[in-house]
Amino acid sequence: MPPCNVRGGIFFLGSKMTKMAQVAEPLLKVRGVDKHFGAVQALYGVDLDLPAGKVTALCGDNGAGKSVFTKCISGVYQPDHGEVFWDGQPVHIHNTRDASRLGIETVYQDLALCDNLDIVQNMFLGRERLSRYLLDEDDMERAAAETLASLKVTTVRSIRQPVASLSGGQRQSVAISKAVMWNSKLVIMDEPTAALGVVQTRQVLDLMKRLRDRGLAVMVISHNLNDVFEVADRIAILYLGRMVIQDDASKFDRQRVVEYMTTGGKGMKAAAN
Amino acid sequence: MAQPVEIPPDPTAAVQAAEAEVPPELIAQSFGEYVRAWAARLRGGDIGVLPVVVGLVAIMIVFEIISPNHVFLHADNLVNLFEQSAVFMVLAMAETFALILGEIDLSIGYLGACGAVIAVQLVQPVTTGWPWWAAIVAALLACAIAGAIQGTIITRLGIPSFIVTLAGYLIFNGVMLILLLLGPFSGYPNLASSDTNVQVLYNMMAGTIDPTISWIGMGVVVVGLGALMWFGDARRRRAGLVAPPPSLTLLKIGLIAIAGIVVVAICNINRANIGVLAGVPWVVPIVLAVLAAWTILLERTKYGRYVYAIGGNAEAARRAGINVALIVTIAFALCSMTAGIGVLLYASYIGGMSNNVQGGQLVLFAVAAAVIGGTSLFGGRGKAIHGVLGGLVIGGIYNGMYLQSLDVQRIFIVTGLVLLAAVSIDALSRRGKVSGLGLTRR
Repeated sequence: MPPCNVRGGIFFLGSKMTKMAQVAEPLLKVRGVDKHFGAVQALYGVDLDLPAGKVTALCGDNGAGKSVFTKCISGVYQPDHGEVFWDGQPVHIHNTRDASRLGIETVYQDLALCDNLDIVQNMFLGRERLSRYLLDEDDMERAAAETLASLKVTTVRSIRQPVASLSGGQRQSVAISKAVMWNSKLVIMDEPTAALGVVQTRQVLDLMKRLRDRGLAVMVISHNLNDVFEVADRIAILYLGRMVIQDDASKFDRQRVVEYMTTGGKGMKAAAN
Repeated sequence: MAQPVEIPPDPTAAVQAAEAEVPPELIAQSFGEYVRAWAARLRGGDIGVLPVVVGLVAIMIVFEIISPNHVFLHADNLVNLFEQSAVFMVLAMAETFALILGEIDLSIGYLGACGAVIAVQLVQPVTTGWPWWAAIVAALLACAIAGAIQGTIITRLGIPSFIVTLAGYLIFNGVMLILLLLGPFSGYPNLASSDTNVQVLYNMMAGTIDPTISWIGMGVVVVGLGALMWFGDARRRRAGLVAPPPSLTLLKIGLIAIAGIVVVAICNINRANIGVLAGVPWVVPIVLAVLAAWTILLERTKYGRYVYAIGGNAEAARRAGINVALIVTIAFALCSMTAGIGVLLYASYIGGMSNNVQGGQLVLFAVAAAVIGGTSLFGGRGKAIHGVLGGLVIGGIYNGMYLQSLDVQRIFIVTGLVLLAAVSIDALSRRGKVSGLGLTRR
């Protein structure tokens, strides 16, 4: 793909570019999203494309607006301005239910699992299957087992063990599998490897690649550049509420990413000029 | 794009870590493995219902030895013990709703008493003379509404349940006294009456079922429950789902059958000094019905699943789209309604209502029974059956010490110590789990 970035919050990955690369309309297209909290402007006209079958890493320093932006997509916050297109159609995501209905699932940093419930119960939490007004445990257990097997989450010994007895990587795997179960098309992950050891991080990164290979769009927020470069197909960088650059991961190196994260790319612009 | 480097995961480390954490009985395939897994779990500090069962056996042995003329295990005393315990059992099952959520309801003693007074007042032939069933429905509805109001205040205003229900404790104590003074009963509406409608309430506790019908009823319940368990487990085994081995299912069914036979056999012994008094008291099927209803609600329905989810991680429940405030409010309504059943049984036991009802003591015994049975004070863990087992322990201690003609102050001290022990076990097992989590999360 040709380089196509213009920094400063204005960025086209428009029709021309799309045709050139023979790439379909991105699954999720965000244009000009503003968000403020009282006097604090958190996002300024953020644009982002999340194509299917790609892992997009959203990077940025603390306070860059990563979490706010994520919450605007997942329905937790409402953007003040801006447009969101899903499969090319304009959509309004008013709450997390709307997001789920479209196929957007978010894996939160603190996992949002119930320690006292087992894996099956957690994976179906809020969407239990019933037969004759009672929980259909057999059906749910079967479906959960299929999903875990298809994602090759095989280290758990029993699908009926409480989540409290899982390791950090297994918990993260369950949280991600839970997000995938609902025919979701876009999975958003907030710092999925932040609390994990080496082996567990490996499990989670492999899982993310499997989601991508299934054709899902994946957006991952990460501080860890090792993980970003290992797993990301595209990198987007927020700096003080502005999207300063987004492009294929191959266009970046570590130093360039750090530069954009810490200065918004001012240094490089000066160098280019 | 960065080339994905295929580093094979280190399977041994991950699997070993996982193995150490799994509750062993989940992966056991045979009966022997189950026993070993269970023993391993005991050593690991996760003790389930073992303390309460051991406690019950100890109580039986000790009180049988020290009770005058060894009357503790006589049929009449055992039936009386169950009737006394039934109040604690039902109140503990009520409290279980609040405890699973990680909340507490201190008001259920007097709130339930208000319901009992309403029922006792409404059936009085000289005043309202309602049919017994209508009086009970009205009483339980009033309890449920009062509980829903408390639950609404707790959830919508975000006030801790401890405070709201402490206020409720005082308020409903006052309401109960007002309700008692209604009608021409000088504050002592009673159920001893020749009116058959009133007698229904009087016989809720001690009225007996014909011995033959007792046997038939027990048989139907045991066979029905056994068939459900056997075919359910067999279906899950065939489908390759997690299920216990057939021998364990058989053992469970056998234990239920033995318990049923023992209870009916004891109840069918003539326990009257003059004449004949035999058969299962009505309170047994009433307690079993409450137990069955709340077990199904908590473990087999969406609603119950959400109650556990909120008790485990309220934020996760909220993110899963669960209406936390609604679920919690309903839980407090159900808690209060069940408490109404419990104190109604109490009214039936003492034959009426009066200002002698100790609502505070009933609440503390209810919490004690639930926690002794295995329900956690910290939320997320608990079952209706825990209330029944714990209620038996409390009732056993109460009854046994009464047989010793011990003063009530000593009974309080011993019951308090038992509660303290149960809470300590709960706290210790929780601490073990949390430290384990801390290790694995890093």
